[in-house]
Amino acid sequence: MRCSDEAIIISVRSHGEAAAIVEVFTRNYGRILGFFYGGQSRKQRALLQIGNHVDIVWHARLSQHLGRIQLELRTSYAARVIEDFSGLAMLASMTALMRFIPERDPHIKLFDISIFVLNFLNNLSVWPALYVRWELTLLDELGYGLDLESCAATQARENLVYVSPRSGNAISYEVGMPYKDKLLPLPQFLLGNHTSVPSVDEILDGLKLTGFFLAARLRNQQGCLVHDARKRLVTLLQSSIVKVA
Amino acid sequence: MNTNNINGPEIDRIIQLMTRLPGLGRRSARKATLELIKRRSDLLIPLANAMRVAADRLIDCPKCGNIDTVSPCTICADKQRDSGLIIVVEEIADLWALERATAIKGLFHVLGGHLSPLDGIGPDQLNITKLIERARDSVVKEIILALNLTVEGQSTAHYLVDSLKEVDVKITQLAHGVPMGGELDYMDEGTIAAAIQLRREVLL
Repeated sequence: MRCSDEAIIISVRSHGEAAAIVEVFTRNYGRILGFFYGGQSRKQRALLQIGNHVDIVWHARLSQHLGRIQLELRTSYAARVIEDFSGLAMLASMTALMRFIPERDPHIKLFDISIFVLNFLNNLSVWPALYVRWELTLLDELGYGLDLESCAATQARENLVYVSPRSGNAISYEVGMPYKDKLLPLPQFLLGNHTSVPSVDEILDGLKLTGFFLAARLRNQQGCLVHDARKRLVTLLQSSIVKVA
Repeated sequence: MNTNNINGPEIDRIIQLMTRLPGLGRRSARKATLELIKRRSDLLIPLANAMRVAADRLIDCPKCGNIDTVSPCTICADKQRDSGLIIVVEEIADLWALERATAIKGLFHVLGGHLSPLDGIGPDQLNITKLIERARDSVVKEIILALNLTVEGQSTAHYLVDSLKEVDVKITQLAHGVPMGGELDYMDEGTIAAAIQLRREVLL
């Protein structure tokens, strides 16, 4: 079996003295792993940074095998943000969350949005809002999408300001007001008709919202470690975007 | 060729252990072992003695995390070094590399790795608390973060900057970009991208 595609590098582990096991999120084949011969060489180390956009060729005798992978760099997103700590934290968090994607399960929409978000890595006033939307898309693609279109109780499409932590549905102001301490705030930039630039508080509310559902619904062996990477991002963003604003 | 049939178990054990060293496959391990057993008096016995003595005396430096046979390590005990300067590195190999360059004569601090959430390495697994303690010493004027230019290395650098922000000390980082003797045509895209990203104004 042989496949070639574009991909984002999720993780790289040393294998023996010279090789590496590379985990990538491909556009058409989902998350796959492969054995990369020479992956620890000086030349390949720059290529094998998490978050980099690469072209891959993966081949194995049987599709169930680990397979061998060859990579060629398209865009080095890691190099773009190597001096930008919040950008680095975003790369680490995004790639860590990509590990929740089941192996060999394609998510073309999520891949395209990932590349779109990564293209704004140098712009701290833009990417935090896009990143929150990316996390919402991840939840959606994994089957845990939130319904933010209408109020869960009244079906109203106006004045949606809360989200139910139990159902993940939007709640209108009138319905949610008596229970506001138990509900999650719904930042307005996550609603389809919102066009203005989100405020710092709205972005932090967005991260709180997606963070709640990521922690509650995505669990695996590395779950808590993945959420550690995300926690670091949230802490950094709190200080960074406040400075920019 | 299988050595099990032609050597005693002691020699086979040496070959087996040699293959665990980096850069040595079974063939190279056999060659090295053969050389050792041929030169028993001038190589094998002195080497075995030296290794035994080192193994008995090796100790982690309580100050910087380096491994040496004396405590504090030779570098920490060196009075010729600038005690106001601490160079933070990930591994002892990085310390040796910086010493080979002889570009700076400061003290070192070995973290013992970098932050890697996916591998379960968090701040508690690294030698960070000791660094903060050392940085609080009024003698220390500058801390150079000489960490690897990888996403994990730079994330660790940020964590250190954040942890040291309460301490009144200058924090610097190694420059990144085109290496000495580097020709752009042969350079990898990541290095070129980082060099472009971190370009600086030419001062006349």
